[in-house]
Amino acid sequence: MAELLFWPAFLAYGEAAVAYAGDARRPGSMGRVATWGVRVGWLVQTALLIAQAARADGFPWDTWAGSLNLFVWLVVGAYLIWGCKPRFRLLGLVVMPLAALLLAVSYAAGGMDVSGTSRYSSLFLGLHVGLVLAGFAGLTLAAALAGLYLWQERELKRRSSTVLRFRAPSLVTLESLFARTVAFSLPVLTLGMAVGFARLRHGSQLDPLIVLTVLTWVVYGVFLLLRYGADWRGRRAAYATLAGFALVVAMQLTLQAGHFG
Amino acid sequence: MSLVLVGTSHRLSPVDVRERIAFDLEESAQLAARLADGGEAVCLSTCNRTELYFSHPDPDAVEALGADALLGNEVELYRMRDEDAALHLFRVSAGLDSLVPGEGEILGQVRSAYEAGARGPVLDRLFREALRVGKKVRTETAIAHSPASVSSAAAALAQQVFGELQGCKVFLVGAGEVSELAARALTARGATISAVTSRTEESAARLAEAFDARVVSFDELGQELEQADVVVSSTSSPDPILSRGQIADRKGRPLFVIDLAVPRDVDPSVAELEDCYLYDIDDLQAVVRESLSGRRREAERAEAIVEQEARRFRDWQASLHVVPAIASLRERAESIRSGELAKAEGRLEGLSESERRTVESLTTQIVNKLLHVPIVRMKEAAATEGAGYVEVARHLFGLGEDESASNRKPGK
Repeated sequence: MAELLFWPAFLAYGEAAVAYAGDARRPGSMGRVATWGVRVGWLVQTALLIAQAARADGFPWDTWAGSLNLFVWLVVGAYLIWGCKPRFRLLGLVVMPLAALLLAVSYAAGGMDVSGTSRYSSLFLGLHVGLVLAGFAGLTLAAALAGLYLWQERELKRRSSTVLRFRAPSLVTLESLFARTVAFSLPVLTLGMAVGFARLRHGSQLDPLIVLTVLTWVVYGVFLLLRYGADWRGRRAAYATLAGFALVVAMQLTLQAGHFG
Repeated sequence: MSLVLVGTSHRLSPVDVRERIAFDLEESAQLAARLADGGEAVCLSTCNRTELYFSHPDPDAVEALGADALLGNEVELYRMRDEDAALHLFRVSAGLDSLVPGEGEILGQVRSAYEAGARGPVLDRLFREALRVGKKVRTETAIAHSPASVSSAAAALAQQVFGELQGCKVFLVGAGEVSELAARALTARGATISAVTSRTEESAARLAEAFDARVVSFDELGQELEQADVVVSSTSSPDPILSRGQIADRKGRPLFVIDLAVPRDVDPSVAELEDCYLYDIDDLQAVVRESLSGRRREAERAEAIVEQEARRFRDWQASLHVVPAIASLRERAESIRSGELAKAEGRLEGLSESERRTVESLTTQIVNKLLHVPIVRMKEAAATEGAGYVEVARHLFGLGEDESASNRKPGK
């Protein structure tokens, strides 16, 4: 059942990615088609996750591929909050191809299967993995917004004659949105990390993923301090958000090496 | 009733010709009332066109009247009928016949002409449809989204930096007409003109008064720059008056500088400052050119919408031809039904009131059901077969003939 639901979700995300590309070339009805692709794809993926949860004995996404599946769902869900607005369609051009690609990777790596039983409880995994992934999803979206900010800023700086064609959000809006998204995501990540640390056994070794997570937390923490304490804005703030995201990507790759054991 | 259009526009006549047949709203209303001649007339007169729309049983006569009113012997006119006339008005209303495709002013002018006209059912429907099509084109395509002038491009770019311009402080350097146009475009989108400076104090005071702003001296330039979000510079100074050194660190607060002067007022190196966005007149003109070409691309999509709507109007107009025939048919059927019931009165005397009502209702239903399909087919065929179909219906049902003759039994 879950495997069968992968294809419509993947096709809907793929359709949204193609439609967003069409909308960027010529803004119009393709944008609406893309938004519907995102909505339908997300609903189908929700059904997929429910089917997995119903079939699983414990927490169903405790493998790297499984967590990637959940991560994609969280990213697209967070995107849907703004994605329906025409001004944020350019963001879909970044988010949806990534979502389609990561969903396909998750499928190929067995993310639609139900894993065996873990030595950790479902409640612990649900809270720890769920919160950490929700935090990462928010930070991914913040990075996409920061990327869009840098693109828009460069277009305005070089006085491109086509700068008004794409109807992107304004610089001030983008800047405030990516900062607020980080400000919302970091506490979620902190909670997830706290749950993880609470279960860390005395004398356990810190694996590379834990080190990277702490490093990411520090980078985003410093960013928020500077942003809200020292009014640190503009291009520098966007670069800092992207630097933090590079660590999030590194963490996803490290997770593949095995964290839950 | 035929729809007739007689007129001229910027495509056919230069301004010295168009100004001879330009009418204000009151004159347009009087002209429409005079030319209607028992039919309907609307006069649409703008700076780019003067057009007369008629709905009249004698199209040749009103066309001649209209041509006469628009000095047809001296002015080159276009003349259109029915679907072509409707398509033309829909294109005008959508801004597809304007100098700048998709410009919004024309929609208001079409509405005013419609309200001032001598209109009846046909022109009423035509103009209401034209206004609806005009709005539809602007909603469903991006034809009106991008700026069409340097000042509106400057305001749109400022929005691209700040989003909503409410609360944005604009500093005007120079108080000429160009500054004023830019200031109007910015305030129309919510910005506030905070200060004006100019070498000529009177013009600075005049502009400051118009926008409820402060007049500041050139010496206070640096201080004002620190507070401003947008700077519009348009002076006649031969040398740059705004340099990099005058702009303090913005600490992430964007500054949008619009240099409309030739020679330029702002040192180009200002663009290298972080958080500073500098646009000169050439940059803005390039944005307008790109925007206009975008509007032309969108115009192709708008044309498809307008053509579809004109075909719908044609179908509606064609259905008007069958209305009298349908009315005659219903009348004839009703007269036969009531006549036959009257003849049978003697045999129905014994019926109760409720049984009588049942008979009335039954006979009415039979008539309605019999007529339903022919009436629907007549309406459908009206758009394609035209008046010929109506003639066949008249002949088959004997409409318009002496009733006794058409009721005569065969063979007698």
